Amino acid sequence: MPDKPRLTREQIAQRAALELPDGAYVNLGWGIPNLIADYLPKNAEVYFHSENGILGMARRARPGEEDYDLVDAMKVPVTLIPGASFFHQADAHLMTRGGHLDVAVLGGFQVSEKGDLANWKIPGAKGSGGIGGAMDIAAGAKKLIVCMEHTTKEGAPKIVRQCTYPLTGLACVDTIVSDLAVIDVKAGGLILREIAPGWSKEELQKLTGAPLISLGRAPEIRFA
Amino acid sequence: MRQKVYSSLDSAVADIRDGARIMFGGFGGAGFPNNLIQALSRKGAKDITAISNNCGTRDGELGLMFKNGQVRHVIASFPGPHSTYFQEQLAAKSVTLELVPQGILCERMRAAAAGLCAFFTTVGVGTEVAAGKEERVIEGKRCILELPIHADYALIKAETADELGNLTYRLAARNFNPIMAMAATTTIVEVDEVVPVGSIKPEHVVTPAIFVHRIVQAKGIRYAG
Repeated sequence: MPDKPRLTREQIAQRAALELPDGAYVNLGWGIPNLIADYLPKNAEVYFHSENGILGMARRARPGEEDYDLVDAMKVPVTLIPGASFFHQADAHLMTRGGHLDVAVLGGFQVSEKGDLANWKIPGAKGSGGIGGAMDIAAGAKKLIVCMEHTTKEGAPKIVRQCTYPLTGLACVDTIVSDLAVIDVKAGGLILREIAPGWSKEELQKLTGAPLISLGRAPEIRFA
Repeated sequence: MRQKVYSSLDSAVADIRDGARIMFGGFGGAGFPNNLIQALSRKGAKDITAISNNCGTRDGELGLMFKNGQVRHVIASFPGPHSTYFQEQLAAKSVTLELVPQGILCERMRAAAAGLCAFFTTVGVGTEVAAGKEERVIEGKRCILELPIHADYALIKAETADELGNLTYRLAARNFNPIMAMAATTTIVEVDEVVPVGSIKPEHVVTPAIFVHRIVQAKGIRYAG
């Protein structure tokens, strides 16, 4: 079973991109979420927000084009769309916290069956750790998607009954896009929406630390 | 007209004493008052409480303050994986840290600026951040009480100042700078250019002069790493 193919990080990003509605204001977090901008469906116009005070962020700057006063939250030089705007960090987080963003996509270490998210510190890791904007974003986005591998490198489930890692927010996750499934977090539990090609629900359940609920037979993960 | 333009970086930070609480602007390599930080390191004030999004990039930005052992306590949101000197001193317990969610760091400074005594927020409920804080249910939501963050000084970076202290910022180098300018008792800004009063259109002013106390023209130093 462990040898069965799973989605690549790029494929997770490609699938998550389908969750972004046309015209949405969107914040993309570190890691897999940062790849999503490359996979937007054609004709979909999405406005990217950055916590350092940018709305209307476009692709990364090409060599020779970099301006280090114009960087994203990962310090990477970026470009702008026509109609972009700048504002200070308090307004940037007023947007995240105040429910103004349509969708936020974050990485995750653990998600609980209630939608609790842990994504900022691994217990026992060296150094201070850092919260950054994650707690504000988790608390305020209208829809929060988490993109992550379904299991740790050691094979332990990252979707769990209760998070054991330091929490980012309570009951904040709406949808999980993993390398094995698309799962919606609902009041009644975790609803399996799509499953990776070649995987059975039973195999998936063995790698998931909380019960998965099926509403009929879950289709294969779609990419378009 | 009150004279706000200082002739040197060193004179602009000359009165900063040991134990001062200082806000430092900047995010992701952009908008750091690197020249003022270097002046403060020459001045050598110690036991500083540093309020900043992060703790420097090796020697760069705030890193210099830690390299010189000038900081005692930090209030930050994301110290950063390359904040080498800070991480060493935190591990050695010669520096203490309060980690704050980034938007709440902004709002706590803004509360100080606005004369608000505290505010409730859902951010951080049920996490390490909530430890020791008053919790209350407001409009059906669990919230925690957050207190203002005050500072004696803000060291910030802007692109242009007029001689009154009206400021504009370049691109995303704005970030924390306008918030800190409003929150501190004394705001010291380094700018690329000082222009005569009236040169900045009133509707283009981002930080009004009332929040700015000292202006120094300084050639920008940026750290891309």
